[in-house]
Amino acid sequence: MSELLARNADCIVWLARYMERAENLARILGVAETFARDRAGRNWLAVVQINADEERFFARHRVADARTVPHFYILDPDNPNSILSSVKAARENARTLRPMISIEMWRQINRMNTWMGGLSANAVAPANLVALCEEIKEACQLHVGITEGTFYRDQAHYFYHLGKSIERADQTTRLLDIKYHTLLPRPEDVGSALDISHWNALLKAVAGYQASRRVMAGKITPRSVAAFLLFSDSFPRSVILCVRQMDWLLTQLRSRYNLRGGVRALELLDGLRAALTDHTIDQVIDHGLHEFIDWVQAQLMLIFAEIQESFCVSRQPQASQSQ
Amino acid sequence: MTRPRLTLPEPGLLSGYDPAEFFCEALSLRGDGEAELAAIAARLNALDPEDLRHRAARAEKELFDLGITFTVYSDKDAIDRILPFDVLPRVITAGEWSRLEAGIIQRVTAINLFLADLYGDQKILADKIVPADLVLGNANFHAFMRGLKVPCGTYSHVCGIDLIRDQEGLFRVLEDNARTPSGVSYVVENRNLMLQCFPDLMEDTRVRAVDDYGLMLRRALEEIAPAGVDEPSVVLLSPGIYNSAFFEHVFLAREMGVPLVEGRDLVVENDRVYMLTTAGKAPVHSIYRRIDDFFLDPKVFRPDSMLGVPGLMDAYRKGNVSLANAPGTGVADDKAVYAYMPRVIKYYLGEDAILPNVETFICREAEGLKYTLDNLEHLVVKPVGESGGYGMILGPKASRSEIDEFRAKLKADPANYISQPMIGLSVSPTLTTKGTQPRHVDFRPFAVTGASTKVLAGGLTRVAMKEGSLVVNSSQGGGSKDTWVLAGEGQ
Repeated sequence: MSELLARNADCIVWLARYMERAENLARILGVAETFARDRAGRNWLAVVQINADEERFFARHRVADARTVPHFYILDPDNPNSILSSVKAARENARTLRPMISIEMWRQINRMNTWMGGLSANAVAPANLVALCEEIKEACQLHVGITEGTFYRDQAHYFYHLGKSIERADQTTRLLDIKYHTLLPRPEDVGSALDISHWNALLKAVAGYQASRRVMAGKITPRSVAAFLLFSDSFPRSVILCVRQMDWLLTQLRSRYNLRGGVRALELLDGLRAALTDHTIDQVIDHGLHEFIDWVQAQLMLIFAEIQESFCVSRQPQASQSQ
Repeated sequence: MTRPRLTLPEPGLLSGYDPAEFFCEALSLRGDGEAELAAIAARLNALDPEDLRHRAARAEKELFDLGITFTVYSDKDAIDRILPFDVLPRVITAGEWSRLEAGIIQRVTAINLFLADLYGDQKILADKIVPADLVLGNANFHAFMRGLKVPCGTYSHVCGIDLIRDQEGLFRVLEDNARTPSGVSYVVENRNLMLQCFPDLMEDTRVRAVDDYGLMLRRALEEIAPAGVDEPSVVLLSPGIYNSAFFEHVFLAREMGVPLVEGRDLVVENDRVYMLTTAGKAPVHSIYRRIDDFFLDPKVFRPDSMLGVPGLMDAYRKGNVSLANAPGTGVADDKAVYAYMPRVIKYYLGEDAILPNVETFICREAEGLKYTLDNLEHLVVKPVGESGGYGMILGPKASRSEIDEFRAKLKADPANYISQPMIGLSVSPTLTTKGTQPRHVDFRPFAVTGASTKVLAGGLTRVAMKEGSLVVNSSQGGGSKDTWVLAGEGQ
C-alpha cells in the first residue's frame, strides 16, 4: 500500500499535533507554579493567555488560580484545549489510523487515554500537579519513542513529523510571547532574582535549560533567551529548527513520493525561514517582538492550511479539528 | 441418548463439572481424536484455578488495551466494551473438521449457484423448488442485479455459517450469513491472546493456525478483480469509526494490508472508482465493503446515505469494479429461505446436505403456522428479518403471558416468522464466578470464495455466559472462546 489516503494524511498530521500539544501544555503547567509563586498567583492567568482562552475560561471560572487553571487545562472534558481533550482527539485519530500505525503506537495512546479518563480532581491538586505533569510528559515522550522505533517510514511518517513540527513551532512562539509581554517585569525587577527565575522556568518548560546554560555562558537575558528560542540551530524546539524541518519534510514528500501539491506552502516556508535567518534579535525586538511573533504564527497557520488544502481533502469534509 | 464421556482424575479444574444431558465439547466422545481430546482435557484439568483467573484477568486487560472492542451507544456516551473472552478453549477434532469443511464448502457452493440462478434464468423458481414470491418479494432481492455477470460467478465471497451441536453431538446449520458476517477478527485475536497468555497450554498441541485469514481474503479479492487488471487495487470500505464493528474493519484492512476507506474517500468518474490520496486520484478495483446494500450508492439506494459513493453501482454494472459481497446476497440468507436450503443443495449439486438444518417450520405456510401455534411452548420462534437474537421467543423458557402475547404477534404477521424445536445446544467448560461450569456454545466458521472456496481452519465459538442461557449473541451478553481445530495426518 504505497498510496496514502488524503483523509488519513489529515488524521496523521492531527495525531502528531495533539500529542505534541498535550506534551507542551504539561510542560507549561509543570512550571507555571514557579511563575506564580511570587505574584500572588497572578501568573496562572498567563497560561490562559498563552492559549488565548480568556473567554472560554472566564465563562467557567471566576479567578485563574492554582486550583482552576490546572483543572481547566488537564481534566476539563469541555475544554477542547485541555490535555484530556487533546489525548482523546489523538486517540480518535489513532483509531482511524489503526490499520497503518503500529500496534504498539495504538496500544500506548489507548492506554494513555484510559488513564487520563480515570484521573480524579485530586490528581491536579497543587501537591500532585508537578508529578502529574511529569507523568503526562513522559507518556507523550513514550509515544514519541514508540513512534520513532516502530512507525513505518513512508509518506505517513513525513506527514506525522510535519504536524509535530508545526505544532511545536506554534507552541514555542506562544510561550515566548507570553513571557515577554504578560510577565514583562516592572523596570525595577529587570535582572532581579525573580526575573531570572522566570526566565529559567521558561527555559525549563521547553527543556532548554541545560543547553542554554552552556550556550549562553551564564548571560541569561530576555534577549538571549528570545534569540535561543527563535534562532538556535541546535535546540529541538526553536522556531527556526521546526521551520527547517518542515521545509525538508515537504521537499521529501514531493521528490520521493511525487506529490505535486505543496508549492505555495514551500514558498511560505521560504519566506518564514528568511525572516528568521535575516534578522538579529535586536532588530526583531526593536521592531516589536510581539508583532514579529504574531506574524510568525499567522504564517504557520497559512502554511498548515496550504498543506491541508494540497494533500488532505476528501469528498466530504470531516468535522473540523481544532486549530 | 448422551454420548459417553472422558473421565478425569480428581481433584482438578473440572471436578464437579457436570454437563448433564448436553453434549460436552471437551469431554463427550465423538468417534474421532479420542487420544488428543483426552490429552487436552487432562491438561485443562491440571490448571490451577487461581493461576487461571489471574491469567484470564490479564487477557481481558490486554483486549481492552488493544481496543479489541465493540462500541455500545447509549444516550449520552459511547462505551467501548470487550467481547468477554473465556480462556478455556473449544476443541474440534481433525475428523470432525474435515466433515465440517466439506459441508461448508458444499453449502457455500450451493448458495452461490442459487444466487447466480436467481439473478439469471431463475430455473429454481420455475421448477417450484423455492416459492417465487419468497424470493421476488424479498426486500433484499435487487432486480437490477439480474443478467449481470459477476467475476468467478461468486456472489457471497465471505460467508459465515452458524452451526450448533445437538444433544447427540451432531452439527446442524442454524443460519447462513451470506451478506457481511462479522466476528472473524475475534477468531484471530483470541488465538493471539491464547498464545500470549497460555503458551504452556498450547505447547505440543497440533492446533491449526488461523492467522492466514487476511491473506486468504486478499487473494479472493484479487481473484474477483475486473478482467484485464494486472495488479488490482483492493480496499476495505467501512462506514467509519462510529460503526460498532469498526474494530473488525481495522483488523481486516490491517491483515490484508489494504487501505481502510470510507465513502467520502472514493469518487466515481467515467464509471470508474478512485480513492482520494495525497497524490490525487488512485484507481480502485476490488472493494470488500462492510456497508449494507442500501447505503452503497445514494443514486440507487437510499438517497440520504452519506456512507456510500454516488455512482458506485454504475461502475459496478460496467464491470469496472468488483464488490464483495455482491449486492443482493441477502436473499439467500433469509431465515425463510433457509428452510429450503437442503432442497437447494440437492437441486444444484445432486447431493444431500452434509450438514443438516435444524428442523424448521415456515409460518407463511398454513401447515407450518398451525404446527407452530399448537406447539408454541416447545418451539423457538424467530422473526425472519431480524438478527442479533432480537424479537425471538424461546417457548420452553417463556411465561404463559409472554406466549399469549407472542401468539397475537405471530397471527398478525405469520409470514415474518419461522419456528424450530428448541435444541439442547452443546456445552463447553467455562470459567465463571462459581468455578468451571458448562455453558452453551455455538460455532461460526468462515468461508472465503474467490475462484474457489476456502474455509478458515477455526471459527468463532460464541458462549452464553449466563447459566442455562441459550443466547450467545454479543449484543446480549455472550462471550467467545478460542476454537482449536486439531490437525490431521500430514497437516
